[in-house]
Amino acid sequence: MSRSLGNKDDAFLNEVIEATPGGEALVTCLQCGTCGGSCPSGPDMDHTPRQLFQMINAGMRQEVLQSNAPWYCVTCYYCMTRCPKQIPITDLMYTLKRMAVRAKLYDDSDAPDWSSSFIGFVESYGRSFEFGLATRYHLTHSPLRKVGVGPMGLEMIVKDRMPLRPERIKGIDQLRTILDTAKSLEGV
Amino acid sequence: MTEKVGVYICHCGTNIAGPVDVEEVARWAKENLDGVVLARDYRFMCSSLGQELIQEDIKNEGLTRVVVAACSPHLHEKTFRTACSKIGLNPYLTQMASIREQVSWVTEDRAAATHKAKMMVAGAVRRVQLQEELQPTEVPVNPNTLVVGGGIAGIQAALELADAGHKVFMVEREPSIGGHMAQFDKTFPTLDCAACILTPKMSDVGLHENIELLSYAEVDSLSGFVGNFDVRVRKKARYIDEDACTGCGICIEKCPKKVVDEVFEAGLGYRKAVYRPFPQAIPKFPVIDRDTCIYFERGTCKACEKFCPTEAIDFEQTDTYLDLNVGNVIMATGYDLFDCGKIPQYGYGRLANVFTSLEFERLCNAAGPTEGHILLRDGVTEPQSVGIIHCVGSRDKQHHAYCSAVCCMSALKFGHLVMEKTGAEVYSFYIDMRPLHKNYEEFYDRLLQEGMHFIRGRVAEVTDAARLPGEDGKLIIQAEDTLIGKQRRIPVDMVILLGALQPRFDAKETGLKFGVSAGLDGWFTERHPKLDPVATMTDGVFIAGTCQGPKDIPDSVAQGAAAAARVQGMISKGTVLIEPIVATIEEARCSGCRICNTLCPFNAIEYLEDKAVSYINPALCKGCGTCVAACPAQAISGAHFTNDQIFAEMEGLLYDVIGSNGATVKSPQPALEPA
Amino acid sequence: MRYGYYPGCSLTGTARPYEVSTKAIAGPLGLTFEEVEDWNCCGATEYMSLNKTAAYALVARNLALAAGEDKPKDLVAPCSLCYLNLRKTNHYMAKYKSLGKMTNQALAAGGLHYTPGSLNVRHLIDVIVNDVGYEALGARVTRPLTGLRVAPYYGCLLVRPDLNGGSFDDTEYPTHLDRLMETLGAEVVDFPLKTHCCGGHMTQISAETAYELIRRLLHNAAEYRADLLVTLCPMCQFNLDAYQTQVNRHLGTDFHLPILYFTQMIGLAMGMEPKALAIGQEIVSAASVLRKIGTAVEVEEAPQTRRKRDDKSLPMPRIREG
Ligand SMILES: Cc1cc2nc3c(=O)[nH]c(=O)nc-3n(C[C@H](O)[C@H](O)[C@H](O)COP(=O)(O)OP(=O)(O)OC[C@H]3O[C@@H](n4cnc5c(N)ncnc54)[C@H](O)[C@@H]3O)c2cc1C
Ligand code: SF4
Ligand code: SF4
Ligand code: SF4
Ligand code: SF4
Ligand code: SF4
Ligand code: SF4
Repeated sequence: MSRSLGNKDDAFLNEVIEATPGGEALVTCLQCGTCGGSCPSGPDMDHTPRQLFQMINAGMRQEVLQSNAPWYCVTCYYCMTRCPKQIPITDLMYTLKRMAVRAKLYDDSDAPDWSSSFIGFVESYGRSFEFGLATRYHLTHSPLRKVGVGPMGLEMIVKDRMPLRPERIKGIDQLRTILDTAKSLEGV
Repeated sequence: MTEKVGVYICHCGTNIAGPVDVEEVARWAKENLDGVVLARDYRFMCSSLGQELIQEDIKNEGLTRVVVAACSPHLHEKTFRTACSKIGLNPYLTQMASIREQVSWVTEDRAAATHKAKMMVAGAVRRVQLQEELQPTEVPVNPNTLVVGGGIAGIQAALELADAGHKVFMVEREPSIGGHMAQFDKTFPTLDCAACILTPKMSDVGLHENIELLSYAEVDSLSGFVGNFDVRVRKKARYIDEDACTGCGICIEKCPKKVVDEVFEAGLGYRKAVYRPFPQAIPKFPVIDRDTCIYFERGTCKACEKFCPTEAIDFEQTDTYLDLNVGNVIMATGYDLFDCGKIPQYGYGRLANVFTSLEFERLCNAAGPTEGHILLRDGVTEPQSVGIIHCVGSRDKQHHAYCSAVCCMSALKFGHLVMEKTGAEVYSFYIDMRPLHKNYEEFYDRLLQEGMHFIRGRVAEVTDAARLPGEDGKLIIQAEDTLIGKQRRIPVDMVILLGALQPRFDAKETGLKFGVSAGLDGWFTERHPKLDPVATMTDGVFIAGTCQGPKDIPDSVAQGAAAAARVQGMISKGTVLIEPIVATIEEARCSGCRICNTLCPFNAIEYLEDKAVSYINPALCKGCGTCVAACPAQAISGAHFTNDQIFAEMEGLLYDVIGSNGATVKSPQPALEPA
Repeated sequence: MRYGYYPGCSLTGTARPYEVSTKAIAGPLGLTFEEVEDWNCCGATEYMSLNKTAAYALVARNLALAAGEDKPKDLVAPCSLCYLNLRKTNHYMAKYKSLGKMTNQALAAGGLHYTPGSLNVRHLIDVIVNDVGYEALGARVTRPLTGLRVAPYYGCLLVRPDLNGGSFDDTEYPTHLDRLMETLGAEVVDFPLKTHCCGGHMTQISAETAYELIRRLLHNAAEYRADLLVTLCPMCQFNLDAYQTQVNRHLGTDFHLPILYFTQMIGLAMGMEPKALAIGQEIVSAASVLRKIGTAVEVEEAPQTRRKRDDKSLPMPRIREG
């Protein structure tokens, strides 16, 4: 575990910057809090985006990747649009999610599972499939919650807004090749 | 005759000697460059000992040319020219090679830096041998001064000069002088009443025998050069005869047309079509605003004319032009306030009770639209809580990256005024508190004691969408309290936006008119940021106050006084030396095509009808070289920048390509056919 | 007017009404949509959470398929999320050279290539208000929406992020949908939360968070006495419509605010049958509020703004254009 509050460790900072398009701007953060103030999920986050950035600066890898904040991000882009230093905050949130998943450090969040259920459908069909997603994710993950949402799903089906069969694109093999190549280029 | 060149390589401490092997450069120059009789390296060439070294060599070794390889000529060319001329060598026979700015500061590799330094020295050595003796001309300085802008900075400058006995023309665009300070109620940190300290100075300007005040006027054009500027001023039609008007104000009272005053009242109050921005205006004469006057719109009304006791109203007036001669110019055109509507999440223009800082100044001002009562936009209700938002448009890459320097202090002033006048709760939302000057921190401390609330966090948004208890009917300020690390929503009745100070909307054109450049952020650029803050790159044109960058009143006043002192120095010296670096036209080659005539940015070229050739007035020419390059007959050459000199320098720079034997320097003629 | 058309997954599922109504109005408005052959999912907000380059490659495949000599240069997406992903990939591939290069290397493995910037990615509403125009649209209104109070709801991703000034409308206070609804004759509510978040994918991950975000929007719209909210994004529509009952149950509220697509409103104003616009498939039924159309009461003229003698109010700031 790297924890270097006293002794600044730029390795983590550089890793985050490296993995984010335009991430270099992160070092100019003013700690003004516009991001944290704007964030609709702010109250649910254990650390505001601003705090995460200071923690990244301090090299607090473990604590940052364990934070629930990136998983609460709803990608509203308010922070990024308002940031006086034009830091790509939403993109940084994505970066932190990817790093947390790879380091298996996310605690206490269903979000990664939701993402991988979603991606699973995209990679096998080329399309997302709302019905399958809803059932598979909720059944495997939080059967309890499904009870509450259940009637809604039913209504969607009744109102002809949730097809029961997934559609597969023709070029699914081509798509998979592209995605696999992209992943290996990024080294994952 | 062969010249005897002395070469001096400066170490500049380790600035140059760090990356450049200075001894090697000196050795190489001595051994390889034609004409070099001696080459030395020395720790600080600009020191008196360094200068004496050159002087000794001129005396003892009979040097006829001097090359100093050191910093930029911008900094020390004058030093070395003077040193040489003191010992009898014409100053234009020296040349500098900038091996600090152009080599050591920008090159890390020692071998590469040393090599580049050698090439730069070779260029200077080749060039200097072709340089000619030139004599600067001395011209008298016109003791009159033009001050542009009658804010506190311009007022200070004008009074200093006028009190010293010099004539000043002050040109002010608005109907009255006073600038922004006239709009304020109190001034930080002492809480002096702005009018009480400003109006005496304004009336001094109005009454001063040495100041000619040209209000409601603008500079149309400026030409000439330091000591001798020609200025054309456009006096806008006031439609009121200043000689007849007594300033009684009856016209204003009788005028039926009321409009929102966007300038002085910052859009928060009204004025008439014939108006005076404020009661203590200097001059006292009103103006009729052509754009809103009923008569100009529909051809009837003339109520003002009917009631004027002295028949001063004159609808036939037109703009008039005045030609002035001055020796120096001081620009003090001030700032504009940031357009707060550009940050829509703060609601300005949409949410009624969001105000700008200037609007708030008017609200507080006893002469303002509410007679000094701090009220909401309904004009009746006193706020019970007020939020002040810092850095609106400042420190923000999407608008202005710089800090506006005065608004943190404005926030404290506003906080005090609100609490004193209404007893409301006041919240300041700041990023960093910047009370920088004398007694400012103490003022901050005072506000802490008075109970103002400070929340560290840049505001995310201001909304009227209530969602928590206590928010109904309020403006809610949402921000992260960064010292707690939590989002907070503070409901208030009134929000004040501390908008950035930004360059005047027309600063670019004004700068062009006066030959003053502006930085990327739009503020006028001083000659040197530390050592020459009020001069500009154009001799004889000075800047003072906020046109140079955001600053408070004490700093604006200091700059006004500093600019005046610089001008006084010029006046008491009485003459200025004009650089002899000018272009001349060889009459025999000039075909009279007149292409150069219109290109000259300084209008220095005229056409001599009798001889059918163009002629350059050496007093007006700045040696910019535009005409030299443009003349199709190659009839124009620029002194100190002749073709031969420039080619020699280039050949020197290409020493390692051409070798030492480009000895006969000839300007290559462009080939007509490809070989 | 020919456009490339990228419907996106939602329009084939939960947002069928959006697809149906878009197709219904396209013809009469002179818009020809050519669907991108064999398009794939844009990855929504999820793909990027696990893989970066692959997420851009996923989107870029669609761009590559849509671009070509003989194909329209404008690519239209009705879903704000698809629009964002397409637009951002188009922009980032050009702005961040190494990202552009890697993405194209991945595409090359599938025999494709995309030159960033060769397409203009546009949202459906952009095309309607700017290419068709308010005037032409107004001319087609046969059943003005008089008497309907609508809250125009833009959500996040139509206007944010700005991507170097490339946003189609103001990032905080857009007005095109407002003006569009006025053109159709509706009474438009100046909805303060018009660009606030609908909860996004939080409905799946942390329902409590999402319910609160949805509640805020509904609460504010109700405060402003809106009859319904008009949206232009499938996710916004879905969250506000499909979860409204849950929100009511969970937070003890009693909202009944129908959520319709702007294309459905256009169709209604053009006199089309609700059924042809898939109205009726919404979970919170719009039937009762739509009864208002055509049975409008006379709207009282707003009192003229002549200042009364005892009016002490201070003038509102003049907002500068641009
Ligand atoms: C809300 C607010 C509150 C402030 N409060 C304080 C305070 O309490 N204490 C303090 O020390 N500082 C305060 N300041 C800062 C203060 O306003 C400035 O330091 C000061 O006014 C600068 O004076 P100036 O002469 O440089 O510019 P200005 O006051 O802007 O004057 C410039 C003048 O030039 C004229 N002009 C402009 N262009 C032309 C042209 N082309 N031709 C002719 N005339 C032209 C203008 O009409 C104007 O009269 C405050 C600033 C703000 C925004
Ligand atoms: S808004 Fe930008 S500058 Fe401010 S704290 Fe957040 S990331 Fe840093
Ligand atoms: S983009 Fe994410 S982190 Fe940024 S304000 Fe929106 S929810 Fe918060
Ligand atoms: S009424 Fe006549 S004299 Fe009096 S202020 Fe007006 S113009 Fe001047
Ligand atoms: S003509 Fe009438 S409107 Fe115009 S300034 Fe005179 S009184 Fe006012
Ligand atoms: S002076 Fe204070 S309020 Fe003004 S820009 Fe600087 S930090 Fe912000
Ligand atoms: S060099 Fe030519 S163009 Fe330049 S100022 Fe002199 S005369 Fe004018």
